[in-house]
Order: sequence, then structure tokens, then C-alpha cells
Amino acid sequence: MSPAAEPFVGATSSTPVRHHILSVLVENKAGALSRIAGLFARRGFNIYSLAVAPAERHQRFSRVTIVVDAESAPLEQIVGQLEKLVNVVAISDLAPRNALERELLIATIQVDVNNRRALLNDIESLGASIVDVDAFGLTVMLAGTPGACDELERRLDNYDEVDIHRTGRVALPRLGPRLVD
Amino acid sequence: MELTGAQALIKSLEQEGVETVFGLPGGAILPVYDPLIDSTIRHILVRHEQGAGHMAEGYALATGRAGVAIVTSGPGATNIVTPIANAHMDSTPLVVITGQVPTGSIGSDAFQECDITGITSGITKHNFLVKSAAELPRAIAAAFHLATTGRPGPVLVDVPKDVSQSKMEWWWPSGIEDLDLPGYHPDVELDDDAVAAAIALIEVAQRPVLYVGGGTLKSRASKELLAFAERTNMPVVTTLMARGAFPDSHPQHLGMPGMHGFYTAVTAMQKSDLLISLGARFDDRVTGRLDGFAPDAKIIHVDIDRAEFNKVRRADVALHGQVAAIISALDAGLKKTSKYESWWRQLRDWQASYPLAYDEPVADGPLRPQAVVEAIAQRAEPGTIVAAGVGQHQMWAAQHWRYEEPGTWINSGGAGTMGFGVPAAIGAKVGRPDRTVWAIDGDGCFQMTAQELVTARSEGIPIKVAILNNAYLGMVRQWQEMFYDERYSEVYLSPDLPDYVKWAEAMGCVGLRATNLDEMKRVIDEANSINDVPVVIDFRTDATEKVFPMVPSGETNDAIMVHPSQRGGAS
Ligand SMILES: Cc1ncc(C[n+]2csc(CCOP(=O)(O)OP(=O)(O)O)c2C)c(N)n1
Ligand SMILES: [Mg+2]
Repeated sequence: MSPAAEPFVGATSSTPVRHHILSVLVENKAGALSRIAGLFARRGFNIYSLAVAPAERHQRFSRVTIVVDAESAPLEQIVGQLEKLVNVVAISDLAPRNALERELLIATIQVDVNNRRALLNDIESLGASIVDVDAFGLTVMLAGTPGACDELERRLDNYDEVDIHRTGRVALPRLGPRLVD
Repeated sequence: MELTGAQALIKSLEQEGVETVFGLPGGAILPVYDPLIDSTIRHILVRHEQGAGHMAEGYALATGRAGVAIVTSGPGATNIVTPIANAHMDSTPLVVITGQVPTGSIGSDAFQECDITGITSGITKHNFLVKSAAELPRAIAAAFHLATTGRPGPVLVDVPKDVSQSKMEWWWPSGIEDLDLPGYHPDVELDDDAVAAAIALIEVAQRPVLYVGGGTLKSRASKELLAFAERTNMPVVTTLMARGAFPDSHPQHLGMPGMHGFYTAVTAMQKSDLLISLGARFDDRVTGRLDGFAPDAKIIHVDIDRAEFNKVRRADVALHGQVAAIISALDAGLKKTSKYESWWRQLRDWQASYPLAYDEPVADGPLRPQAVVEAIAQRAEPGTIVAAGVGQHQMWAAQHWRYEEPGTWINSGGAGTMGFGVPAAIGAKVGRPDRTVWAIDGDGCFQMTAQELVTARSEGIPIKVAILNNAYLGMVRQWQEMFYDERYSEVYLSPDLPDYVKWAEAMGCVGLRATNLDEMKRVIDEANSINDVPVVIDFRTDATEKVFPMVPSGETNDAIMVHPSQRGGAS
């Protein structure tokens, strides 16, 4: 898919305007994550979202994807301080325009069988899918750009009883030549 | 060879060449204290764990080697948090070993449990919670490697009681690769382009200043600095953390910059067109109000810690690496040098107009604290080590003593920890028993950690302590006098409660007192003649004395206030 074909790329209402994505490879050791969180708190760097999972095949490392607010501190400072954490093995930083960002949203909407028409339309138009259903409501999921997740969240705001969970985003560099900010 | 975890821990310390540890036992660390009896390592039993931490710092600062402290879990561990924070601020290499409740009890609020790795995660370079006896040798070796390489700092190793009690097959890591530190790479390759860019800046500068920070001492770069300074004829300033990195007696030395720095050192930086920062970090106590700091200066920033670059002041050239190696590279690459004649004329002018000044001594007291420092200095043999507390006395000790070599000035810079002086002096004396060690302390500071003189006496560590007793938390008093309309709030201490002479004697030390100039000289000579037990001198000093020069907080360095006797003609 070419970048232009992606819906909702880039800054959206719920993303800080000057955000940056740090993909941090850390040793899978006790306290490593709290060191990262502590560093951000201590130095007044704002985290917008944070996603953690074991990295690749290696159980030795975890991948932490942090969306940072690059307004709260110069990126160079954030990266420099993170690098000093002994458990941090590698950091790659991605400007949003060079990043392929994805996030997962799941939501349960309480809406009875007779009033689902509009909801089903929204789900379909945003490329979300239904993963669970009963007489009182349904659970949907969307794996997509943060912008698409934002849009789904906005539309779900119309319902009285909704439970929305988002994972925070993960990202990889786009293929092809890099764009300069 | 099968060992207990405790035996392996002690053996690991021996492998690291540790000769002395400072500590105090308790439940969770008990197993470790047993094999200590059979070890060659000297253990110094402190009276409070804060003392152990500051002693380890003093030891490290005097010797350049890691200081080691051992304490128990819970309150033992929290008592050493202040020295850990202090060492973190001043990049002092420490290895702190704490006992912990057994692994099975962690998280259960067990007796004397506390999450010391959590508490110290922001104030250590790194810390470890050791989960098995087999891991102990690697954890200790890694702790020393981390503490002493790159930008040094404190490392804490938390050892649960069952880990030190269980058995392991002894092994020792074969080398650095064996330490399992995939994220730690202290060795930096020199960036030739950046070196060339720095040289280009140097070759066009007309008013350069070598801004020497603590990193120069940590990098053991004094020799390289001296050679480079002499070849380039550049003026040198040494920060509070770098006193001794360049001889005070050297004609190119302008002294200490900063809030209480020498007029010429402060003003040279302000008017400079090129600051070459050598392991300094543009601390707010040096820069004053940042937007008015050295406005015309280009910056060459040399540091082993990349995160220092552009943290406070944007660098025109950032040189990443060890100060010593980078000075050598600059020296090798520099072709054109200058004598900076007009710059030196200006500097000599300022030096002549605004030398360090204080009021004339009065014959029968109260003593001028600056005169006390100078009198001790005059009577001290070369190489004497000075450790200070925090406050006015610390500034006077930094200003009025001449530091000629690395490791002779020991103080709490970044954290400003009252009570640092006495235990740090003890640690320094343990590390350098051949040297005379003076603590120049305040009456307020002394009361925070004086009990360690009991340690000093019982361990045979004959330090000398000069209390500049102004009966006040003097530095705070000075601010209240100058900036709070002389409204003195909770700063009075009393000159004779406690009675410092009796207190010293109760701790097995010699206690002396001086209230006037004659007594001052006599008691200093007497103290110098005593070399078997610690000596404490209660110098009754003038409570109204203030530290000058002073850059009022929040102002730019242009607002430097010199001594009142020098005002009027001030620029
Ligand atoms: C642990 C700690 N508490 C409080 C302070 C704030 N403080 C800085 S200097 C000072 C006064 C120190 O008094 P004293 O030791 O008598 O030294 P003086 O300034 O009188 O020479 C105080 C309270 C501090 N730096 N450290
Ligand atoms: Mg005082």
C-alpha cells in the first residue's frame, strides 16, 4: 500500500502535534520497564502511549514502542537519557512521516439487536470487524492507523454504553526513501 | 569449589581488589558478615549508614577507585540513599551492597523489607536485585565495571538473604563480554570531524576560556590539561567539582567560576568568545541565569556522556569521549596558537581590581572564617586533603585554599549534602593514610554526622576537623539577610550548645577551641602535632560574615557582587 492510500495518516486530534516514535529494545529484566517510565517522569518527558511485548524470537529482549511528545523536551535529550539506561540495548527513532504506525482498538458496545444498523455501517466503512456478539451488544476490533482508531473511537462516542481499549501503537520505518521533516 | 553466596560475594570483592569496605550489619545482610571475618578486606564499622556512604565517596574521590559500602535491608538501605543520590550527582564511583529479605518474602511487606532497587533506580547508574547465588560474581563484577567506566556513578547490588545463604559453584567472569551488559558501551570512538571543527573554532578565538569540570578529574586528564593550557596560553577556570584539576598556583588559573566564584573567573566566562568545556555540565550554579550566560561565546563541549550535549546550553561542537583523549587529540591537531595578549591584559586588570577580599581580622575575635581557612592552609603540608561540608564554610574552603593536585578537594557539589564533610574526610584518610586530611565543616553540618568521629577514633583514623562555628546555618542566614530583609527564620544554632570540645572528647578525640587570632594559630599547630587520634577544633567565627563574590540567584553572572570593600568602582 502506498502512503497516500492510507487513511488518517499523521497528526490527529488525539495525537500531540509534534510526536515522535521511539522503538526501544530493552533487556527483558526485572525493573527495566519501570526504569524507562521513571526516567520519563523524572525528567518531565511526556509519554503519549507505550506498548511493550517480547521482541522477535529472543526472549532476552522486549520491544517498547513509545510515542513521545517532542514538545516536552528535545528529542536528542530524551534519546540521550534513554541510551544511558544500562538495560536499553538499542533505540531507533522515527519521525511520524517516516513511520508506518499501527494500533489495535477493541470495544464492546451495548446496543440491542434492533438498533445496530448505523453501527454496522461505521464498522464496515472503517474496516473494523466484529469479534463477539450477543443479544445486548457486540465487540468490535480495528487494527489500523492511530487515525482510524481515533475516528472509530469518535463515532462510538455516540453510544451510551461503550467500553473501549486501545493498545498504544507500534511502528516500523516505511520502506523506500526517507522523508525529511 | 562450592561456596555460599555470602562467601562468593566476599570473594568477588577480593577479586575486584577491594581493600576496605564501610558498613554496618543487620538481619538480611548477616550471612555476608560471617565470611568477612576470614577475608583480607578491612571493614570499617560506621555509626550510621549515611556515614558509610559518604566515607565510601571520600575514599573514591581521594583514590580514584570505587568506594564500597555494605548495609542491611530496610532502614539500613534507606539510610544510605542520601550518599547514593550525592554520588549520582557528582559522578562518584560507588558500589553499595544491600541485604534484602529472602526472595520468597519479597513483596509481602516482610520485616525490614523495602524496595531499594525501586527507590534508587533514579539515583544510581544501575542497580541489580540478585536472584541466585550463581549470579553474584557477575553482578559484583558488572557493578564495578559500571561504577568505574564511562561516566562513573553509584551502582547498588541488592542481595536477598536466601541468596547469600544458598550454595553455588564458584566461578568468575572471564572478561567484560561475560558481564551480560548488551546495552552498555562506555568506549567511544573519537569523531575526527568534530575534532577538526573544534580546532577551527580554537584557531579563530580571541577570548577563549578552558572551563574545567569534574569530568577532567574523573578522566584523569590533569597532565593533558596542563600541557594543553601551557601550549595554548589559554586561561583556565576550575569548577567546584574540579578544584585541584589544574594547580591554583599556576599563573593561567583564574580560579573557580560560579555563584561564589572569583570575579575574574566568572567575568572571563561571561566575556569569552569560546568556552571549551572539559567534563563540565553547565550547572545552574555556574551559569547563573541562562539566557544571559556567556552571550558571545561559542561552545566546544567535551563530555563522556552524550546526554550532556545541548541539555543546558547548545554546543557549537560536541566532542564525545574521555576528556584526556580529546585534549590530546586537540593538542595534536592544533597548528596555530596565539598568546591572547589583549585578553590577558583585560584578565590581569580584573584580577588586580577584584581579588578575593574579606574584612581585616580583628585581634580578639570573633575570627574571620576566611582567615581560619588560610591559616590552616599555610600550616598544612603539601598534598593535604580537604573535605568540606555544605554551606558558607564550603565556599570559603573552595576559595581560600590552594589546590595543587587532583584528589585534594573533596566536597558535595551537585547535591549539596550537609553532613558530608566528616565522613568523607574519614573515607579519604582511609584511602590515603599517607596524607593529612582536614575536614572544614560548619557547625550545622557537624551536628548531622559527627558521630562518625567515634568510628574514626575506634578505627584509628586520625583526621582533623575544623568547625567554622558561626552559630548559624550560615548560608541560609546569608540569603535571609540579603534577600529576605534580614528576617531570620530558623537559622540560629547557638555557639556553645552543643559544647563541641566536650563532644569531641566524649568521642575519644582531642577537642580544641579558638576564639581569637593567637589561639587560632596555637590550636592549628597543636592539631598538626597530633597524629594518633582525631582532632576537632571549635573556631568561633563571625556570624555576620558573608560569602563574596556572589551572583544573586536568578540573575545573570553580570550581576556579580564583589566584597563591599571593592564596590563603587565596580564595572
Ligand atoms: C541535608 C541538607 N539540609 C539542608 C540544606 C540547606 N542548607 C544549605 S547550607 C545550610 C547551612 C549549613 O550550615 P553550617 O553547616 O553551619 O554551615 P555555614 O553555612 O554556617 O558555614 C543549609 C541548611 C542542605 N544543603 N543539606
Ligand atoms: Mg554555621
